[in-house]
Amino acid sequence: MQKLIQWVDDRLPIVDAWNKHLAKYYAPKNFNVWYFFGSLAMLVLVNQLVTGIWLTMSYNPSAEGAFASVEYIMRDVEWGWLLRYLHSTGASAFFVVVYLHMFRGLMYGSYQKPRELIWIFGMLIYLVLMAEAFMGYLLPWGQMSYWGAQVIVNLFGAIPVIGEDLSLWIRGDYLISGITLNRFFALHVVALPIVLLGLVVLHILALHEVGSNNPDGIDIKKNKDENGIPKDGIPFHPYYTVHDLLGVAVFFFIFFIVVFFFPEMGGLFLEKPNFEPANALKTPAHIAPVWYFTPFYAMLRAVTVDLFGLPAKFWGVVVMGGAIAILFVLPWLDRSPVRSIRYKGWLSKIALVIFAVSFVILGYLGLVPATEGRTTVAQILTVLYFLYFILMPFYTRMEKTKPVPERVTG
Amino acid sequence: MRKLIFGLVFAVLPALGLAAGGAVPLDHIETDHTNKESLQRGVALFTNYCMGCHSMEYARYKRVAEDLEIPVELYEENLIFTGAKIGELMKNSMSKDMAAGWFGAPPPDLTLETRLRGESWVYSYLRGFYKDETRPLGVNNIVFPNVGMPHVLVDLQGLCAVEPKVGVEASVEPLSGNINNGDLCPQYASEGSMSEAEFSQAMYDLTNFMSYMADPVRVERERLGIFVLIFVAIFFIFAYLLNREYWKDVH
Repeated sequence: MQKLIQWVDDRLPIVDAWNKHLAKYYAPKNFNVWYFFGSLAMLVLVNQLVTGIWLTMSYNPSAEGAFASVEYIMRDVEWGWLLRYLHSTGASAFFVVVYLHMFRGLMYGSYQKPRELIWIFGMLIYLVLMAEAFMGYLLPWGQMSYWGAQVIVNLFGAIPVIGEDLSLWIRGDYLISGITLNRFFALHVVALPIVLLGLVVLHILALHEVGSNNPDGIDIKKNKDENGIPKDGIPFHPYYTVHDLLGVAVFFFIFFIVVFFFPEMGGLFLEKPNFEPANALKTPAHIAPVWYFTPFYAMLRAVTVDLFGLPAKFWGVVVMGGAIAILFVLPWLDRSPVRSIRYKGWLSKIALVIFAVSFVILGYLGLVPATEGRTTVAQILTVLYFLYFILMPFYTRMEKTKPVPERVTG
Repeated sequence: MRKLIFGLVFAVLPALGLAAGGAVPLDHIETDHTNKESLQRGVALFTNYCMGCHSMEYARYKRVAEDLEIPVELYEENLIFTGAKIGELMKNSMSKDMAAGWFGAPPPDLTLETRLRGESWVYSYLRGFYKDETRPLGVNNIVFPNVGMPHVLVDLQGLCAVEPKVGVEASVEPLSGNINNGDLCPQYASEGSMSEAEFSQAMYDLTNFMSYMADPVRVERERLGIFVLIFVAIFFIFAYLLNREYWKDVH
C-alpha cells in the first residue's frame, strides 16, 4: 500500500494535496454549530448528484412522457420512490443548509478581507443553485412546474426592447413546451452541475488559501508556535472530520424524518398542484414558487408603481435582481474594523436581526396570495432588506466596537 | 445546541402559514392503508362505479392485487373489465374526445387525486351531491359547485333533496340532549339501497383506496423510516464517542 501511494505520488501530488486540504489544514479550534453547514452542503450536493444520476436512468424528458415517467419511478422502479424523495427533499435541504451557511458568513464577517473571493464564489454557487433548482422543478411536468416556469420566464419579458425576444429565446417556443423541457433537462443534468462542481472547487481552494474564519473573527495565523502552526488551529482531519460526522448524524435524522414521513412537507417541498399533469389551457388558482424562492418573489410583487415610463413589473424584476446582486458587493460595504458580530456594536446586531426577520417574513409573504395589507408589509420589508446593505458602510463605521481578544475564546 | 435548534426553527418558519384551508368546510378523515378489508371494498367500488370513466393509468392491476392481498385469478375475473392483462396499466376504454363532448371535459385520471386535492376533500366531495334542477344533469355538489359529473352513486346513497351537511360537526344540545346535524342529508328526493351510515362507510373505503393508489408505498415507507432513524440514532452515539475521544487533546 505504501509503495502504491509512493508510486502515484511520484507522478501526482496526492500526499501534498491530502496534507494541504485535510491533514495539515489548520482550522480554528473554536468552530460552533454554525460551522456544520458547509460540509452539510457538500453532503447534500453528493446526495443530489447520486440520486439525480439514478433518476435520469428512468426519467423521460418529453412533454408526453415526463409526468408518467415520474409516476413510473414512484411505482414501478425498484426503490424509485426513495430516490425521488431523497432528490426532492434534498433540493429543499440544500437551500436550508446554504441559507444557514450564508447567515453564518453574515454573522461572523466571513466575507471580509481577505475572504472576498470565497464570498463571491459562494454567491455564484447560490446563483447557479437557484438556476439548477428552477430548471429541475420543471422536469416533473406537473401544473406547478409548468406555470411556475411560465411566470418566471415571462419575467424576462419585462426588460424593455429585448425582453419579449429574450423570453422567447429562453423558452424556445411561444409558451413553455416540450422544447423548453428538453433544454431545461440538459441544463439541469449536465451544464449546471458541471459549473456548480467547478465553483465548489474554487470556493474551497480559495478558502484553504487564506484559511477559515471563526466565531471570534480573529486571524489565527497571527499567533504561531515554533513550528509555524497556528496556536489556535487544529488539523481539519481528523478533528473536524469526526466532528462533522456528528453534524451529519443530526442532519440525517431530521432529513430522513421528512423523506420517510413527510415527503410533501405539507405542500412545501412537493406542491399539491404538481400532482396534476401540466396543462397549458388551465391556470392553477394560485401560483407560488417553491419556498426557497419566495423571499425574492415577495419583493417582485411588492413593486406596484410604474416609474420613468417603465411598468412596475420591470422594476419588480430589477428589485429582485438587485436583492441578489447586492449580496455580491457585501465585502466592500462592511467597513467595520472587526469581523464577528460578537465584537461589533449594537447597530450591526440590530441590523442583522432586522435583516434576517425581514427575509423570513418575506419568504412567508411570497407563499401566500397577495392582499393589499400583505403587499404593504412586503414593501416595508423589502426596503428594510436593502437598508441593511445600503446603510452598512455607515453603521459599521459609526458604531463603537468591542476589543477583539488575541486568542480564540471557544 | 440551542443555536442549532434556533437555526432550524428559523428555517421551517415559513411552513407555519400553510395551515390555511380551502373555502368549503370539509369532513375530516384519517385514511389507513393497513386496513386491507377497507381497501378491498374500496377497489370493488372504484372498479364498479368509477372506472367506466376515470382511469388510474399510472398504476398497474398487479400491484393493487398484490398489495391488497387479492388473488390474481379472482382479480382478473371480477375487477378487470377491459380485457387487460394483470400487469398492465389501469386505463379505461372511454375516448377522451367523446367524453369531452358528453361532460364538457374528459373525466380526469384519478391515480393522484387524493394527493392533488386532499383525502378529506375527496371524501366530502363523494358525500356532497344533492338535487339541483338548474344543472344539466339535475345534480350539484356542495364541495365542487357546478360539477360536471353525474351522481354515479345515486343507487347507493339515494338523492339528497337539499344541500347535504358536509363539514358540519355533529353536536349534542346540552339542555335537551337533542343531536344536531347528526345526519348528512335531512331529506331525500329518492332513497338508495344503503343507509346513511353504510354509505358513509363505503365512501370512506373508496377514499381510503384512492389514497392508497396515490401513495401506494406509504406503509412500507413509514415502516422503513423507523429503522433508518434507529440506525442514524445509533450512528450518532458512535460518532459522538469517536468525536469525544479525538477532541480530548484539544484544549
